[in-house]
Amino acid sequence: MSERICEHVVLDVEPAGKKVSISVDGKEIEAYEGEPILSALLAAGIRINRYTVKRREPRGLFCGIGQCSDCSMIVDGKANVRTCITPVRDGMVILTQDGLGSGKEAAS
Amino acid sequence: MSIAECGYLTYDELKECQTLPSDERFERGPVAVIECVQQIPCNPCEAACHFGAIKIGEPITTLPALDAEKCVGCGVCVSRCPGLAIFVVNKTYTKDTATVSFPYEYEPVPKEGEEKTAVNRMGEAVCSGKIVKVADPVSFDHTPVVTIEIPREYADEVRSIERG
Amino acid sequence: MSIRKADVLVIGAGPAGLSASIEAARLGADVIIVDLNMKPGGQLFKQIHKFFGSSAHHSGSRGIDIGRMLLDEAKDAGVTIWLKSTVIGIFPGKKVSIEREMDDGTSELVTLLPEEIVIATGASENVIRFKNWTTPGVMGAGAAQTMINVNHVRPGKRVVMLGSGNVGLIVSYQLMQAGCDVAALVEAAPKVGGYAVHAAKIRRAGVPILLRHTITEAVIGEDGTVSGAVIAEVDEHFKPIPGTEETIDCDVITLAAGLKPTMDLIKLAGCELTFDGVFGGYIPLHDENMETSVRGVFVAGDSTGVEEANTALDEGRIAGISAAVSLGLISGSDADERRDAIWERLDSLRMGPFGERRKKEKDHLIGLFHEEVKDQRAFA
Repeated sequence: MSERICEHVVLDVEPAGKKVSISVDGKEIEAYEGEPILSALLAAGIRINRYTVKRREPRGLFCGIGQCSDCSMIVDGKANVRTCITPVRDGMVILTQDGLGSGKEAAS
Repeated sequence: MSIAECGYLTYDELKECQTLPSDERFERGPVAVIECVQQIPCNPCEAACHFGAIKIGEPITTLPALDAEKCVGCGVCVSRCPGLAIFVVNKTYTKDTATVSFPYEYEPVPKEGEEKTAVNRMGEAVCSGKIVKVADPVSFDHTPVVTIEIPREYADEVRSIERG
Repeated sequence: MSIRKADVLVIGAGPAGLSASIEAARLGADVIIVDLNMKPGGQLFKQIHKFFGSSAHHSGSRGIDIGRMLLDEAKDAGVTIWLKSTVIGIFPGKKVSIEREMDDGTSELVTLLPEEIVIATGASENVIRFKNWTTPGVMGAGAAQTMINVNHVRPGKRVVMLGSGNVGLIVSYQLMQAGCDVAALVEAAPKVGGYAVHAAKIRRAGVPILLRHTITEAVIGEDGTVSGAVIAEVDEHFKPIPGTEETIDCDVITLAAGLKPTMDLIKLAGCELTFDGVFGGYIPLHDENMETSVRGVFVAGDSTGVEEANTALDEGRIAGISAAVSLGLISGSDADERRDAIWERLDSLRMGPFGERRKKEKDHLIGLFHEEVKDQRAFA
């Protein structure tokens, strides 16, 4: 079930951007152009963005404003992209980041 | 228990810190009940009242005082209070029932005619009631004011409805 | 790389920065405001509740609407707004390096040479640590608030909130407005920290407020994210009492443990700091014109001590006017008249059982500035 808010007493929650598709670990999900990548992931129920270097512990949304880097992922081949402050563009290819993002994720 | 300890006040505690309408005033129809009990810097209710029934003055941390004689129970202040702390109580709705009007900013907003579970200040179910009015004009700025009809004896207790 | 001049550089496009830029631009200054975010407004656009304050503070309006109004005012006043622009260096002679992301995703390095700088970088959320606190699903209350109110997506279905200050109370309420359930609000202190009216709203909605309790552990579910919160009663030293643990099912734990002023750029600019418990951490010393120990560097809003949007708006106005004085755009006496009126308003906000402490502290800090800095102000 999507976690998008469809009705709200105070807010106009109609998506502003165009509906597009992005790929996350090889799976296509729905997103809206211009929204933070992280929003589209949460809406699709994806809550793990990366695994830590040493202990391979999962990390996800923590600060939501680009300060903590817990939501970093590999976006279009570039590692350590903070998904909470990076807007969606149609056709983006996103990978869950392993450690510092050596690029092995793309091969697997 | 004080409000700082548990987040709500009993009606008796409320009476100690706010000027509530007299029993005699309640017998004469709808009137505002202001449940604002801390000196916080806030005064929109004063300007909201077209009848000059709410007075704060200076400094703006003064608690609002209701002149129940000037209050007509219109409910404009209910939507304007940023703390959602004003209610309109009408103990003369029918012989046996009263109405309570309260701000309600959750989805789904109830519809007139619906039966809902009325709750007290702690969110506990008190009784069942019928929604008799839902006012949500542009001037209320997305704070619908819902009026529920309930047995008269619960008029001082009921302050909202169960969500959903 | 390009070089550009400006009369005033404002860093941070929240309530303080926007109001500073509006005041300075209206007095004729060429103002650039930079912000690292995708949208301006700072945290105003996640504040969907009606604000307290007086009519001069647009009380009764929602933060989100105040944000829209400020943006319009800034544009009308001719303020240049650079978004996705991060200040990466402040060098002697007020040289400021800015990494500016362009619409096509590339970035450009700009050296800005402003006459005056206003730093309004706001604050960041404090963290409370417990077992498994790094598990996905544990997040700042502000992060959850950004998701629901700005991005319109729920971080989960059922939330346990830690902290009963105004942020904890308000975000609990707003999570329910977004369609989440709030299973409980947990507070280690023996009393609710925030305004009673905010507490009353969530109590009416049936949210239990568990005082003298804390979270001791986030339960990790099969998918590796949060599936519950272990809570426990605490003793008078805030230590969990063994045997009182209880598990609440939830998929989100939100932390509302206060905020601390964001000091990085203020430090970089060489401003003298002091530690202040009331205002949430290290803050810059400043005078009544919001000027710091470095001439031509002004501060405003939460980065001068954590308060609220209303005080940030007013401090920003003072900083903007003061920057205009330094530029010679308004006489000192005209500026004083305006600034005095704003100080009076600020005093009215810093009253009552919640505000008094901040008023006393602010007065003390300005006194401290005059004792320690005034005559030895540095030149940037």
